[in-house]
Amino acid sequence: MKNLFYSAVGIAALAGATLAARSIQINGAGATFPAPIYAKWFAEYNKLHSDVRINYQPLGSGAGIRQLTERTVFFGASDGPMTQDQLLAAPGKILHLPTVLGGVVPVYNLPGVSQELKFSGPVLANIFLGKVTKWNDPAITALNPGVSLPGTDIVVAHRSDGSGTTYIWVDYLSKVSPEFKKVVGVGTAVKWPVGVAAAKNDGVAAIVAQTPGALGYVELIYAIQTKTAYGQVQNMNGKFVKASIDSVSAAAAAAARQMPPDFRVSITNAPGDDVYPISSFTWILLYLDAKDKAQGKAMVDFMKWALTDGQKFAGEMGYAPIPKTVVDMEMKALDTIKVK
Amino acid sequence: MPVKTRLDDIGFRVGTGIFAVLLIAVVAGIAAVLYDDASMAIWKFGWQFWQTDIWDPVSGEFGARPFIWGTLYSSVLSLLIAGPIALGIAIYISELCPAWLRRPLVFLTELLAAIPSIVYGLWGIFVLVPFVRSLEGGTPEWMRSIPLFSGPPLGLGMLSAALLLAIMIIPFSASVAREVLRAVPQAQREAAYALGATRWEAIRMALFYARTGIVGSIMLGFGRALGETMAVTMVIGNTPQVSVSLYAPQYTMAAVIANEFAEAADKLHLNALVEIGLVLFIITLAINAVSRAFIWSLGRPAKSKRASRAVGPVTEAA
Repeated sequence: MKNLFYSAVGIAALAGATLAARSIQINGAGATFPAPIYAKWFAEYNKLHSDVRINYQPLGSGAGIRQLTERTVFFGASDGPMTQDQLLAAPGKILHLPTVLGGVVPVYNLPGVSQELKFSGPVLANIFLGKVTKWNDPAITALNPGVSLPGTDIVVAHRSDGSGTTYIWVDYLSKVSPEFKKVVGVGTAVKWPVGVAAAKNDGVAAIVAQTPGALGYVELIYAIQTKTAYGQVQNMNGKFVKASIDSVSAAAAAAARQMPPDFRVSITNAPGDDVYPISSFTWILLYLDAKDKAQGKAMVDFMKWALTDGQKFAGEMGYAPIPKTVVDMEMKALDTIKVK
Repeated sequence: MPVKTRLDDIGFRVGTGIFAVLLIAVVAGIAAVLYDDASMAIWKFGWQFWQTDIWDPVSGEFGARPFIWGTLYSSVLSLLIAGPIALGIAIYISELCPAWLRRPLVFLTELLAAIPSIVYGLWGIFVLVPFVRSLEGGTPEWMRSIPLFSGPPLGLGMLSAALLLAIMIIPFSASVAREVLRAVPQAQREAAYALGATRWEAIRMALFYARTGIVGSIMLGFGRALGETMAVTMVIGNTPQVSVSLYAPQYTMAAVIANEFAEAADKLHLNALVEIGLVLFIITLAINAVSRAFIWSLGRPAKSKRASRAVGPVTEAA
């Protein structure tokens, strides 16, 4: 009886070990913006390599960074690059690897105005500072000749939760308005001078859809999916550009020429005629020295696939793919990750 | 056997005693962990935390006053709205409604109490907020000059939050109050009618008899309103400001923790959020203690003057 029991345990352990050795489970957490494309990638990659299962929790950029620092997840994801303090606080060197590109658009609700509105960076900054309070303010009418704007109050809508979308938005506004930089600053959660807040892109989109006279900011993809009207923004070259895959990619191409080796760059307000100024990379964060070598190797293989074959899914889903020059740089960076 | 029952008794007493001690230990543990994780913010801000209005994660300035105000204001308002209504429902179900209606009404009340708060929040944002916005837009000019009704008609704000909270706590308080009223002995009611009381006087007698339970049900509702998170954050506008205006968007303690905790990467920000949790814990504890004391004091004078005039148990008359 005893022998039977021990042999059963032994067989179970052996079976468990073999199964464990074959399938690799990788956990990650972070930004909500790229969650749909990541989910698609993980599913497609699993079809090609059935032994690798990658699990991702879209908890938010800040949560992703925190969990990566505490090593409760294998990789993190963020819409804003980690700050110097955050990098120093981590137990090991962390690599930033851009995966896709996105944009943040100004969405608004103005019943009676059917034309697409044009905004400029300084005007948006003043609206979010509370200095421009009505839709028919001279600053806005000057940008939109021929459009009769009503005298309704602008109801500013922003995020109540910390978010990479906020980071991209305030990063841009701080670049175009020194006052905004001084009063509000850059971060995933900031002190907003005016406006009502809601959680997540959906929350802001809901407020804007419901409130006449509202102006908020959401990721480009959410604006497309919820069919919310979004305006054009004037870029550094003075041209009014509507956010799209092409205009966001143009921003990346401009930045690719001066890409720093650690890929931590902000591409908001990039120069160029076709550039959409409120664009950003979104990064996957990996330790240089992978704790679990098998997971590390699988992750590096996945990243290489995502940056090459995976990019075609990005366009279908509304994300802009990474420019080739940047992909080449990333491949070299991926090779430096210690997986032996 | 005498020996066996003694051991059983002791074992039972010790076992259940351990559970009771465990409960105290859990509460103490929660307080300890909250204090520990908020230590950096407590050390930096001290008592100023309870008095400052600024909440700025970028510059590292944190103050809890707008949140304390928002939580207390929304809960008290919702109580003022919901209290009489819940009591009315309880009285109607237990005293006045026809027998065939009782079961369905009870069932519906319990059903409303069981709806998850996030569902209330969704209903709030799509139905209640536009309705409140049209109400606010229709306020006559003379009312707008009163601070209570000042501000642009956003829909999102204290009024929506108070209404939503009231709707959420009505079924909860009504159920408990109804149970308490049901527990009033039938003999008491019959004695009242026998002495020539009218319907309303008999109900008043029942209310007086069950007063501790009724106050307890209201306090239960208040406690729920204090801690309500998801529904409130969807309709209150999430703007940290202290304002008496019902139309102004404000913020509650539970809402700010729910909104900012997941993304807070900076240590001081995290500590400040945990300290808000600690403040909420202390305030809830304090309110519970005060209401317990109040309920206890309600029960006591009954033994002196008024009780001797009220109808006593049947056995005394016999």
